[in-house]
Amino acid sequence: MAVLDVQVVATDHAVWTGEAKSIRGRTKEGDIGILPGHTPVLAVLVEGELVIEPVEGPALTATVSGGFFSVDSDKVTVVADDADLTNGT
Amino acid sequence: MGAQIRVYRQKIASTSSMKKIFKAMELIATSRVGKARVRAQGATPYAEAITRAVSAVASHQEVEHVLTDQVTEPKRAAVLIMTSDRGLAGAYSVNALKHSESLVARLQGQGVEVRPYLYGRKAKAFYDFRSREYDGVWTGSTESPDSDQARDIAQKLVDRFVQPVDEGGVDELYLVYTQFKSMMTQEPTVRRLLPLSVVEDEDSEAGQLPLYEFEPSAEEVLDALLPRYIESRIFTATLEASASELASRQKAMKSAADNADELIREYTLLRNNARQAEITQELTELIAGADALAS
Repeated sequence: MAVLDVQVVATDHAVWTGEAKSIRGRTKEGDIGILPGHTPVLAVLVEGELVIEPVEGPALTATVSGGFFSVDSDKVTVVADDADLTNGT
Repeated sequence: MGAQIRVYRQKIASTSSMKKIFKAMELIATSRVGKARVRAQGATPYAEAITRAVSAVASHQEVEHVLTDQVTEPKRAAVLIMTSDRGLAGAYSVNALKHSESLVARLQGQGVEVRPYLYGRKAKAFYDFRSREYDGVWTGSTESPDSDQARDIAQKLVDRFVQPVDEGGVDELYLVYTQFKSMMTQEPTVRRLLPLSVVEDEDSEAGQLPLYEFEPSAEEVLDALLPRYIESRIFTATLEASASELASRQKAMKSAADNADELIREYTLLRNNARQAEITQELTELIAGADALAS
């Protein structure tokens, strides 16, 4: 099965990179979920939670304070102003 | 004669204490330059991601946005000049200022009014000394730049850019900073940040960028992206400039320490000469005295 190649970066460092099954974030108009095979998208994130479901292991939750993310042939780049990664849920 | 030996001794003592200071500063710069480079590298993924995204949006021809529209006849331009806070870095600040001067001269030759923004105490001193005006100044953190300050700079510049020209806004935004090529070479560079000269050169091999869908809309995405893009460009520039500053300082301090070594050697020779001359003179006097008594 196809997986997403995810890269989460903050202003001055890389936060998380890896493969994921799905990723969910909050945009201005509501939550958006990305699965493998999604059409290319560039979206603005607002303050909220970013949930990454990695291929292995439990889901990751990151609190972001704004930013944007781009999806392009299963390559997801999340650019956050400030991201705090918390393991959980 | 004794006076001369004393003078040389003093010179040797002061030169060797200066040498110690130079050596210490060289070591400090060496250790910091490594850290500065690591920081500059840490910011690269963000800068790359944001540049890719901005090129993707900006290459959509149908999007019209203040920040991307090319101005055919610019009237006013903001120039951000990055120098160091402290001296003792060789020609680092001077080179950056020289480049900024030629940029300013070129712009003024085209009839563009230049509004300088200064980063670093040396640039401020340069403008103050010539009693020239400037619109903004940031000092105090050129050696270890923080992202809050970069955000502040970006905010001010973007605000100024968005303002209509009649009300004091600017048409163009230039950045003068020192690019870090290697430990040995740092190059002062002029970049035009705004309006965007669309697409960085890197994707010539990547070919076409994918057609993105925008959420909520291309304009809004651009609105959110561009201030961040400018901020990231400015932040990376400050990080690179700080690495360059420290590398120049290390080089300058190394040659200062070498010069001090040479001076010490020279003074030691002179001191020994003077001492020998004194001994010879004393001997001559003694012998002359003994001769006078004997005859």
